[in-house]
Amino acid sequence: MSVLETAAHPERLCRVAIDPLSRVEGHGKVTLLADRDHHIRQARLHIVEFRGFEKFIQGRPYWEVPVAVQRLCGICPVSHNLAAAKAVDQLIGVREIPPTAEKIRRLMHYGQTLQSHAVHFFHLASPDFLFDFDDPTAHRNIGGVMTDYPDIARQGVRLRKYGQEVIRVTAGKRIHGTGTVPGGVNKSLTMQERNYLLTDLDLLIQWSRNIVKLVKQAYALNPGYFTHFATIRTNYLSLVDANGTLDLYHGGLRARNASGEILFDHLDYRRYAQVLREQVKPWSYMKFPFINSLGPEHGWYRVGPLARINNCDRIATPLAEEERREFMALGEGQPVHLTLAYHWARMIELLHAAEAIRELLLDPDIFGDELVARGEMTREGIGVIEAPRGTLFHHYRINEDGLIEKANLIVSTTNNNQAMNESIRQVAEYYLDGKELTEPLLNQIEVAVRAYDPCLSCATHALGKMPLIVELVEESTGDVVDCLIRDEDGTFRNSA
Amino acid sequence: MEPFAILLEERGPSLLILACGNPSRGDDALGPLFLERLATLQEQRSNAWQDIELLTDFQLQIEHAVDLENRTLALFVDASVSCPAPFQWTRLQPVRDASYTSHALSPAAVLHVYQQINHAPPPPAFQLAIRGESFALGDPLSAVAEANLAAALEFTDRLLASREVETWNRFAEISADGSRLM
Repeated sequence: MSVLETAAHPERLCRVAIDPLSRVEGHGKVTLLADRDHHIRQARLHIVEFRGFEKFIQGRPYWEVPVAVQRLCGICPVSHNLAAAKAVDQLIGVREIPPTAEKIRRLMHYGQTLQSHAVHFFHLASPDFLFDFDDPTAHRNIGGVMTDYPDIARQGVRLRKYGQEVIRVTAGKRIHGTGTVPGGVNKSLTMQERNYLLTDLDLLIQWSRNIVKLVKQAYALNPGYFTHFATIRTNYLSLVDANGTLDLYHGGLRARNASGEILFDHLDYRRYAQVLREQVKPWSYMKFPFINSLGPEHGWYRVGPLARINNCDRIATPLAEEERREFMALGEGQPVHLTLAYHWARMIELLHAAEAIRELLLDPDIFGDELVARGEMTREGIGVIEAPRGTLFHHYRINEDGLIEKANLIVSTTNNNQAMNESIRQVAEYYLDGKELTEPLLNQIEVAVRAYDPCLSCATHALGKMPLIVELVEESTGDVVDCLIRDEDGTFRNSA
Repeated sequence: MEPFAILLEERGPSLLILACGNPSRGDDALGPLFLERLATLQEQRSNAWQDIELLTDFQLQIEHAVDLENRTLALFVDASVSCPAPFQWTRLQPVRDASYTSHALSPAAVLHVYQQINHAPPPPAFQLAIRGESFALGDPLSAVAEANLAAALEFTDRLLASREVETWNRFAEISADGSRLM
């Protein structure tokens, strides 16, 4: 853990707040404490909204939960829906759902992964790859990408739309889908729906391959930067299937340490509480999970695309597997620790999702009519899924009336909490220390956070919110020494 | 053939009304509730409102630009913390604003995406922003928002008597302030 987590004498330091982060879902804030010589003494990523998810769910009937939890997040409602559905399967005593049901759920999940990864890369992160840091802010955004790389922007829109269509067809509706039910799903696919989704899918796979190539080209142009920027050596956690293959929907928990050695493997995720703990820190609403056997100092870990590609032994679809092998060569036998490699890993998963959708659409099981399994009621259910941003845990206990008595959710962004903090500390130390703070330098902090694709809160989005204000505060007097504001047109102005 | 043209094949109604919001976040439910109640009205006005498609989502994203394709008119509906009560009526133009940097786009930014991917101007579009006050997870719709919603629906019922851009423009020219359009 970096020494920049807590400064020795914060009262003597200047404070810089980046509030909120741009191109990040929800409301996050980064505070930097600097001394008079601009040496960074403390760097922290704060989550400024308390979500109250668990309270929102308490008291609801268990069968309502998969639908209700979709309202927790406007970005990945399907992930919450499926994690909750897997937990509810256990509540009704179902260990295995029918093959048709599982394949329809997988299809939905790959649709979600595809659309989420597409929007993240093409429309939030691509400016980080395609433009230099000293590129003007008004240009260094998706608007600039659309102007300079119209085909890439256009492909991003179509890929996202396609992923949404897969969700609509499998979930029954575009949002608030009711396709997943306790023990299975309520509909399979018709031939017409299958054919509709197959149309142009090969083109989509080609686009996905091209974008992996683009990421590799960006890396090849500036390997030094990619290797060092925000890079931290960490443990990794994800699901893998029984053969160690990448599996986004189901499997056992696998953790590796920074050298790539297995810490635990194929662990039944219903035992997650035995291996993972959550630490509370007074300065953040979000908890800090860690691997229990290693303790909070050394046990924090990363989840999401980078963790999944590092952790698995192979990918089941051929094109993505080819890309995984090339990617892993970067680590020379160890995990790839480059934080910016999250984007590369994410695009390998985008390609995998596209390939997996095709395989599933060609599987006759998706037309089956055995949709639901039944069992004996139990009082506790735990569902875990690899959401686009990482491992997502839903844990419920119900009372004798079937009402949720206790809920515990560990969302992907929480799993990455310590890692995101460590990455910004690395950037602060390497790029900001001893320098005057400028907008391009502060943007590097955001680039580090954005690599994790955090989803910091959920779907409140009312018009009129989303300013970006950076204040430099003299800590001893509380005076604002400097203030940087980003206007709605993307330009920055100094209002000191 | 344009890639993904099949996605557009079922496109029929010429007017798209797209409402956004999370039904479980207090007054953020204004958008989806507006649409739900408009759907009831649509059933009553069956033939007269056949050319209207109602669509709801949590928030606007880039793919909504595709939903605008082949439309002659579009209306975006959302809760707002900054508009005057009960609602605000405005004509939209494509703008590359700062919402490009977030997971939720503004309506104007969606129009801009449309322009960028289609190399053509988007359909004429308007925004109905309904004033909301409280947006906490699990909260019900506030009483104030309920009244604003009723006013916005009454106005929209009148508005939809004409699906002419000029008529909608005239409303915007009279005033953006909904209280003066009632």
